[in-house]
Amino acid sequence: MKSVLPIVSVIAALAVVPLFVQSNVTLNFLVVTLLIALAGQGWNILGGYGGQYSFGHAAYFGTGAYVTAILQVRYGVNAWIGFAAGIAVGAAVGAIIGGLTFRSGLRGSYFALVTLAFAEVLRIVASVAPITGAGVGTLIKLDLRAQALQFQSRAAFYWLILALVALSLLIAWLLERSRFGAWLIAVRENEDAAMALGVDATVVKLGAMVLSAAITAAAGCFYAQYFLFIDAGIAYGTWISIEALLTPIIGGVGTVFGPLLGALVVKSLGEGAKLVAGDAPGLDLVVYGIVLVLVIWFAPRGLIGTVADARKWVLHRSSRSVREAGHG
Amino acid sequence: MAEPLLVVDRVSQRFGGLLAVDAASLSAPAGRITALIGPNGAGKTTLFAIISGFLKPSAGSIRFNGEEITGEPPHRLARRGIARTFQIVQPFAGLSVLENILVGAHLRHRARTVALAAAEQVGREIGLGDMLGRSADTLTVAGRKRLELARALATDPKLLLLDEVLAGLNPSEIRDFVPVIRGLCARGITILMIEHVMQAVMSLSEHVFVLAEGRIIAEGSPAMVAADAAVVEAYLGHGAAAKLGASHGL
Repeated sequence: MKSVLPIVSVIAALAVVPLFVQSNVTLNFLVVTLLIALAGQGWNILGGYGGQYSFGHAAYFGTGAYVTAILQVRYGVNAWIGFAAGIAVGAAVGAIIGGLTFRSGLRGSYFALVTLAFAEVLRIVASVAPITGAGVGTLIKLDLRAQALQFQSRAAFYWLILALVALSLLIAWLLERSRFGAWLIAVRENEDAAMALGVDATVVKLGAMVLSAAITAAAGCFYAQYFLFIDAGIAYGTWISIEALLTPIIGGVGTVFGPLLGALVVKSLGEGAKLVAGDAPGLDLVVYGIVLVLVIWFAPRGLIGTVADARKWVLHRSSRSVREAGHG
Repeated sequence: MAEPLLVVDRVSQRFGGLLAVDAASLSAPAGRITALIGPNGAGKTTLFAIISGFLKPSAGSIRFNGEEITGEPPHRLARRGIARTFQIVQPFAGLSVLENILVGAHLRHRARTVALAAAEQVGREIGLGDMLGRSADTLTVAGRKRLELARALATDPKLLLLDEVLAGLNPSEIRDFVPVIRGLCARGITILMIEHVMQAVMSLSEHVFVLAEGRIIAEGSPAMVAADAAVVEAYLGHGAAAKLGASHGL
């Protein structure tokens, strides 16, 4: 992507939506979609550009959410400061998990499993520790004032999360054009070759992990402010780890717009299925599963990657039978 | 006389019970092309992996530019000016040729525009000018070997370790490639190359080290080494030198 124009146009188009749509249900749907897009963009920095597939981004989402909530509820800290602290602590947790995993040289599925384990440990700790409210969860007091980071109108929340998404798109765009980004992609493509060219793979992956964790933590902070209630199953639950990786994989891993597009597709299909089939529990998960299988089968580089080389794909399809015969 | 740019001093590498490299010493003087040859499994690539920091030797020391570098990680050695190519080419398959070279160029240039210009220049110099926009995985073997070289060169190295860059090329591709390597040397880059293509070793290098079963068994000019009885035996088996000598009436 050469210029920021696509980002500006997409954000501008999304920004005017509340002027035309007053339905709270629709706005709520869009806020949640953007929230997932933000969490997914965090995952995309590490997983998409860096090739390190984390299964435990709930660790950062939950940390962001809990820090925001606990600082307000237990220490009376201003919500905006709590929000910033949540991002910072989320990034710090990323640094710790990244430091432990990358320094011990974990790659591929080992890395994925260990990140999942970290998130699960945090979930279990949060479900018993008194400071998180243990099993009861943490409730943020309703205080509909801008200085408490709570708004009467959904539109205000919508614009806030849209601004965060815009920032995350810009970060991905800048990453693609920076030396750090080139090194990160090189590590994804071939770690040994990257090291031979002077790339400190551990430091690069760690940097990506911190940035990734900070962005996903921001989504968690927003979640806490928007819903005003979190417990261990929400904040550190595997649902957010899965949605954070599902959206970029479906939209296009390692692309600027992948997570946003993926979130729109996944959430629309999930809601659509609920409308058609009623509110059957777990139905959205079934839909995610089907979409994921279809995308991996037909568009392994995600929707954006597939559109980008649609022509190549057609050629690939027509020559596949020939090559399969050759490989047989 | 000044110390050679690279000095490998009695380096050993043990993998469990296997002594892959056994007290091997060699040196590469600045501005020259030095070759490392030896039969398959002699430990050449292991020795390269040690010099380039991918393996920590069990014993011995390596000096570069007069400084001790034993055990330093690859990225730090790259910053010092040691670049390597891989015997099995390792392109960043999902990236274009130019983006591949760019990764190397970024080592010395932080700004993307500067690094891109440097990468493009190196690409043209190595004969990849027409392919810069192509995806690296669409290149032929010869193209990938060139890319491997271009990427390493983009890091602006003092010492270039070439691990069988000519392997897998046909004779005409080798003819095209040899002048490229000679050109690098003319630019002042010191080269240490592992090579099986003897015709290229003969024409390129002035000094050859022979590694067999982890030990340096001979060194000298290519002609001297090729006539060395121990070298002939290492390649062709025990007693081969005597038989050859008899049949050639030597």
